[in-house]
Amino acid sequence: MNTHRVTTPGPLRVLSWHLVAYKRFWKANVLSGLVQPLLYMLGLGVGVGALVDRNTGATEVLGGASYVAFVAPGLLVTTAMALGAGESMWPVMGGLKWSRGYHAIAATALTPRDIVLGHGVWMTVRTGLASSSVAAALALFPDTRSWGLIPSVLIAVWVGLAFAMPVMAFSIKAELDGAFAAIQRFVVIPLFLFGGAFYPLSQLPAAIAWLARVAPLWHGVVMARQCTTGTVQWGAAALHLGYIGLWVAAGTTLAAVRMRKRLST
Amino acid sequence: MSSNSLLLRIVPPVFAVRRPQRMIERHVVAYRRQWLIIVSGFFEPLFYLLSMRAGLGDLVGTVSVGGVQVPYDRFVAPALMASSAMNGAIFDSTGNVLGRLKYFRLYDAALATPMGPADVAMGEIGWALLRGQLYALSFLVVMWSMGLVGSPWVLMALPACALIGLTFAAVGFAGTTFMRGWQDMDIVTTATMPLFLFSATFFPASSYGSWSWVVQLSPLYHGVALVRAANSGVWTAGVIGHVAVLAGLSLAALALAARRLDVLLRK
Amino acid sequence: MSEALITARNLVKKFGELTAVAGIDVEVRRGEAFGFLGPNGAGKSSTMRMIGCVSPVTSGELRLFGMDPATDGPRIRGRIGVVPQMDTLDTELTVEENLHIYGRFFDIPRAECRRRTKELLAFAQLSERATSVVDNLSGGMKRRLSIARSLINNPELLLLDEPTTGLDPQARHVLWDRLYRLKQDGVTLVLTTHYMDEAEQLCDRLVVMDQGRIVAEGSPRSLIEQHSTREVLELRFPAGRNEEHGPQVEGLGERHEVLPDRILVYARDGEEALAAAHARGLQPESALVRRSSLEDVFLHLTGRTLVD
Repeated sequence: MNTHRVTTPGPLRVLSWHLVAYKRFWKANVLSGLVQPLLYMLGLGVGVGALVDRNTGATEVLGGASYVAFVAPGLLVTTAMALGAGESMWPVMGGLKWSRGYHAIAATALTPRDIVLGHGVWMTVRTGLASSSVAAALALFPDTRSWGLIPSVLIAVWVGLAFAMPVMAFSIKAELDGAFAAIQRFVVIPLFLFGGAFYPLSQLPAAIAWLARVAPLWHGVVMARQCTTGTVQWGAAALHLGYIGLWVAAGTTLAAVRMRKRLST
Repeated sequence: MSSNSLLLRIVPPVFAVRRPQRMIERHVVAYRRQWLIIVSGFFEPLFYLLSMRAGLGDLVGTVSVGGVQVPYDRFVAPALMASSAMNGAIFDSTGNVLGRLKYFRLYDAALATPMGPADVAMGEIGWALLRGQLYALSFLVVMWSMGLVGSPWVLMALPACALIGLTFAAVGFAGTTFMRGWQDMDIVTTATMPLFLFSATFFPASSYGSWSWVVQLSPLYHGVALVRAANSGVWTAGVIGHVAVLAGLSLAALALAARRLDVLLRK
Repeated sequence: MSEALITARNLVKKFGELTAVAGIDVEVRRGEAFGFLGPNGAGKSSTMRMIGCVSPVTSGELRLFGMDPATDGPRIRGRIGVVPQMDTLDTELTVEENLHIYGRFFDIPRAECRRRTKELLAFAQLSERATSVVDNLSGGMKRRLSIARSLINNPELLLLDEPTTGLDPQARHVLWDRLYRLKQDGVTLVLTTHYMDEAEQLCDRLVVMDQGRIVAEGSPRSLIEQHSTREVLELRFPAGRNEEHGPQVEGLGERHEVLPDRILVYARDGEEALAAAHARGLQPESALVRRSSLEDVFLHLTGRTLVD
C-alpha cells in the first residue's frame, strides 16, 4: 500500500487549483471590483442621496443616517452575494460538463467533499477580495468611512457563502445553463433590489418584506449596517449570523451529497 | 480591377442588404424552445420600477422636471424604459453575436449562401430591435396600469426606444467584431454600467451642478430625454438634437459593423 | 466535351506577406469529380474559399458558371453547395430545422424547404434523428448532415473541404457511398483531401498541390503511371539505420526513396526487386510489396510525404 502522506488538507489543494486558473484574470477583477462600487456610490449614493437627504421625512426612515451611509453597507453585502452566486453557476457546471476539471480532480486522491469545501474556501477568497475593494472604495467618502467596514467585509463573505454553497448544490444538478439566467433574474436581481440594501424593508408591502427576510441577504445587510453606523445589538447579531450560517451549512451538505452522486456515476 | 468591383469597395456594404429577415427567421425558430429567456427579459426593468416606486418613492418625494414637480416613480419610469431598450439591444448584439461569430460559426454558414455580411449585420440588429420593441410595449402597458403615464404622447416612446435600440445594437455589434473572445465581454458591463447610472436615469442632470454638461456625452442620456419628453408630452427644440445624436451614432456604427464583418468573414 | 463550371487562370491568394495560392490554373467541367490533393497548408482550403465566393481573389481570373465572384457572389453562391472543413451546423437548432433554415437562406419557399428537408434526411440516413439537437449527433452524423444541408438548394456544383477528416473508417465509407450516389446523379463534385484513398475512390481527375502551386494534374491512374512505377517494395531496417542502407539498394528498381522509418524501392516487379535485395545480402526487419499509390506520386513530386 502507498503510505505517502499528504500534509496539505484536501480543500486547500482544490483551492490551489482554482488559484492557478485565476492568475490570468485577477488584475482585471480587482480593477473592476474597485471601479464598479465607486460608480454605484457616485450614482446611487451621492446622486440619489442628494434627492433623499433634502426630503426632511427621509432621515427618520433611514434611522438618522444620510442616504449614502445607509446604502454603503448594502452595496458591500450585495456585491458578495452577486459574486458568490455567479461564480457558483457556470464555473461549477463547466467543471462538471465542459472542462471537466472536477472529474480530473476526483481522479486523484481528493474526494467530492474536498471539491465542495475547496469551492467554499475559494469563494471565501474571492468574496473577501471583492468586498475588501468595495470597502476600500467606501473609505474614500467621509460619510461612509468607518472602522465598521472591517467586520462588514467578514459579514459580506459569510453572506457570499450563504449564496455560493446552495447555488453550487443547484448547479451540480442543473442540466441546462439557461436555468442560471433564471436564477439571476428571479432571485439575485430581485434580492438586490428588494433585499433591504437601498431602503428599509418597512417601505415594502408586508408579504414581500417577509420574503426578503427569508433569504440570507437582508440579515447580512442589517448587521453590516449596524457595524458601520456603530449601533450593534449583540443578541440580534448572533441570531442573524446563525441564520446565515444555516444557509451555508445546508448548502454545503447538499452540495457534497450531490457532488458525490454526480462524480460516482 | 474593373470599375464595377471598385465601386463595390467604396460604397459602404450597408447598402448591399438583400434579405436580413432570414436571420430573424432563424432566431424565431431557435427561440421557440427557449421562449422563457425572452419572457424573463421583461422582468428586470419591471423589478427596478417596482423597487424604486415602493422603496425610494417615499424617501425622495418629488423631482423637478423642466420646472414641474413629478413623483419619483414617474420620473424614473421613462428612464428605466430607455435603459432597458439599451440593455436589451446591447445584450443581443454582444454576447450572442460573439458566440455566433466566433464559436458556433453561424455567420460562416450563412455567408456560404446568397446572404451577405450586410444581411447578417442588419438581420441581427433587426432582431435586437424587434425584441426591444416587445419589451418597450409591455413596459408601457405596465406604466399605464400603474398610473405613470403623463400624456398620450407617450406612444412616441416606442419609436424613441426603437432608435435607442438601433443605436446600441449597432454600437454593440460593431464593438463585438473587435473582441478577441469571451474575456472581452467584461468590457461591455464596464461600459454600460456608468451609462445606466449617469444618464439622468435616477436623478436629474441638474444634480451635477456645473458638471451637468458631462451627461450629454452619454448616448443613453439623449434616449432618456426623448422617452421622458414623450411621457410628459412636453416637446422642446432639444428633441431634434437628441434624435440627431442617436441617429448619427447608429449610422456610423452600422457602417463600421458591416465593414468589419466583411473583413472578418470574407478573408 | 461538357461546359466548364470553374475556370481559374493564374489565381493568387495572399494574406499580407503570406502567399497561400501562388498562381494556379484549373478547369472543372460539368459532371466531373475533381480533387485537390495535398498536405495541410498547400493552399487547398484557400482555393476552395475563393471558389465558394467567400474569399476575394488577390489576383488572376476566376469564373464560375461564367460569372465573376467579385460582382456576382450571391448569384453564384445560390447555385453551389458548400461543405466546409469544420462543421458550421447550427447547434441551437434541431437536425431538420438546420436544413429548413438553411433553405430559407437561399430564399426557397417554406413548403419546398419542408419537402426537400424530408428528402435529404432520408438521403443522409438521418430521418430518425430529425428532431434531435445537433450537439447529440456523432461526428459521422454531423458530417452527413452538413452534406445534406449543402444540397438543400439542389446545387449544380458541390464543394467539399476535407469531407472525411477526423472520421472513423466506417463513417468514412458511409460518407463515400453517399458522395458516390451524388456523382451518379450528375452533381459536379470538387473536393480537397490529404487522403490518397479518398482521392482514388472519388475523383475522376485531380491536381496535386504543394506550397500554393499545382505540381501535377490528371486522373489518379494516369498520375500513378506517369510519376511512379507499377509496384513498390518497402524495406524496413532497424530504427535509425535506414539512412545507411540507402546506397545499398541502388539499382534494385528504377529509383528509391529513403524515409526515416523505411526505404521505398520503385520497380515494375516488386517481388523481383526483393529477390535481388536478398541476393545482395540485405536483411531488412520486414519487407512488403504493394502497388503504387498517389502517396508515391506526391513523394516523388515534392520529396515529402502527404500525412506527417
